[in-house]
Amino acid sequence: MDAIFIIEQILNGLGYGLMLFLLAAGLTLVFGIMDTMNLAHGSLYMAGAYIAAQVHQASGSFVGAVLAAIAATVLVSWLLEILIVRRLYPRDHLAQVIATFGIILIADDGVKALWGPSPLLASMPTALAGPVQLLAELPYSAYRLLLLGAGLLVAAGLYLLVNHTRIGMLVRAGASNRAMAELMGVRVDRVFSFVFALGAALAALAGALMGPISAVQIGMGEAILIPALVVIVIGGIGSVRGAFIAALLVGLVDTAGRAFLPPLLRAVLPPALAADLGPALAGIAMYLLMAAVLILKPAGLFPARA
Amino acid sequence: MNSAPLLSCRGLEAGYGASQVLFGLDFDIQAGEVVTLLGRNGMGKSRVLKTLIGRLPPRRGEIQFGGHAIHRARADAIARLGMAIVPEGRQCFPNLTVHEHLIAFADNRGGLGKPWTSRRLYALFPSLAARAAHSGNQLSGGEQQMLAIARALSTNPRLLILDEATEGLAPVIREEIWRCLDRLKAAGQTVLVVDKYVERLVKLADRHFILERGRLVWSGTSAELDSDRGLWSRYLGV
Repeated sequence: MDAIFIIEQILNGLGYGLMLFLLAAGLTLVFGIMDTMNLAHGSLYMAGAYIAAQVHQASGSFVGAVLAAIAATVLVSWLLEILIVRRLYPRDHLAQVIATFGIILIADDGVKALWGPSPLLASMPTALAGPVQLLAELPYSAYRLLLLGAGLLVAAGLYLLVNHTRIGMLVRAGASNRAMAELMGVRVDRVFSFVFALGAALAALAGALMGPISAVQIGMGEAILIPALVVIVIGGIGSVRGAFIAALLVGLVDTAGRAFLPPLLRAVLPPALAADLGPALAGIAMYLLMAAVLILKPAGLFPARA
Repeated sequence: MNSAPLLSCRGLEAGYGASQVLFGLDFDIQAGEVVTLLGRNGMGKSRVLKTLIGRLPPRRGEIQFGGHAIHRARADAIARLGMAIVPEGRQCFPNLTVHEHLIAFADNRGGLGKPWTSRRLYALFPSLAARAAHSGNQLSGGEQQMLAIARALSTNPRLLILDEATEGLAPVIREEIWRCLDRLKAAGQTVLVVDKYVERLVKLADRHFILERGRLVWSGTSAELDSDRGLWSRYLGV
């Protein structure tokens, strides 16, 4: 295990973490402000990936495909919010989980009807298909660097929006104490619609960007939803800053676990046992991280609520 | 006081589930008045405030505020019409700085000629200026109370409501809050106060209403309340 491999895995972990952040930011704000658990957020990620792959294939323009995926997914989320999610606000979490899980099933079947059951091939833009020489002996995927850059750029934009604009103040006020924000005259439902659409745009962006390096397939939204939920629990419900730190932590821990644990175990355990234990332990690394954070800080790292 | 009242309640009844807590309340507040709602604990003062601000919809009766019927309106709509509350427990936002509390909701709902800007609010509460970059939950109890008042004033409300604003504060801080209310009264701000310091309220307010088990049992001026100490012992436990 050399330094180059370690740097490469750290970059991979940060990239995955930033994509998780794009997903978790919307999820944590929706849950923080409206106390609404929207499992269908993962389906918006899937929608972004499918639409981007399809448009890229048809038009040849990757940027156009990403923009089209964002626009179409925001439109879908707008309908979703008006037709279904808005009716779930006053209901308890169990009703929200059941209803939005139902949306996942419908979305998965909808995708199957539109694109068929086989995974879709999402290609990278040609200009970014090759490696970039980061160090003398460290070639690194140009596309993964784009992921890092885009993730950091969006995180910075979101930071400015949430921390340095009036709408950001209202979002934070609504996330920490919705009733008091309403008593100050804030139309929290409108703030929520904005946040829901923003969350959908970020989820679609993550889906569109992750498509070329992961499988664009039915169920991809559910698979990434679990780590995204782990991120918002670690970061503290309703906190974008918490989601950012937690997403990077989860991205690094998950990637490091998968890359380093199996060879480390092979060095100290019999090969057969190491082969069984390595992937299993790597798979639960982020949950161990969550448990450790919750023992020390039961409300997460940066809880938005008092 | 011949003009239409700023706030007018007629036959107000409210309750939770099967239990009724307010019984046919009738009262008015004129623009520019400082009015108190008095009574022992559990007599319905906070429930009246909750009904006014849209948190406890009345079962019967009407509330008119600034010419608008608000008894079926949502809390945020009532606030935008110019009703601002300093709630019990302050409820400052832990993830907003002091300065953000003063600019996030800033508005001129009362249409004042000289509105409360953050600069004027810092002049009213100088200790907040020194803490402008601190979060709402990093302040002392007294500072949080000042922040809650300043936050409400930043909307330049037509009616400012204070629910137990001096509760749990040190005497010196409490006096600062009273002085602030004196200044607001002098500036013509309409205020509705719920508090237990009757001695001080008699000096501050124009008129008083006394609640007993959800019913208005007395109303009168400060002079009338001050001269009838029997009322104090009978209804206020003083």
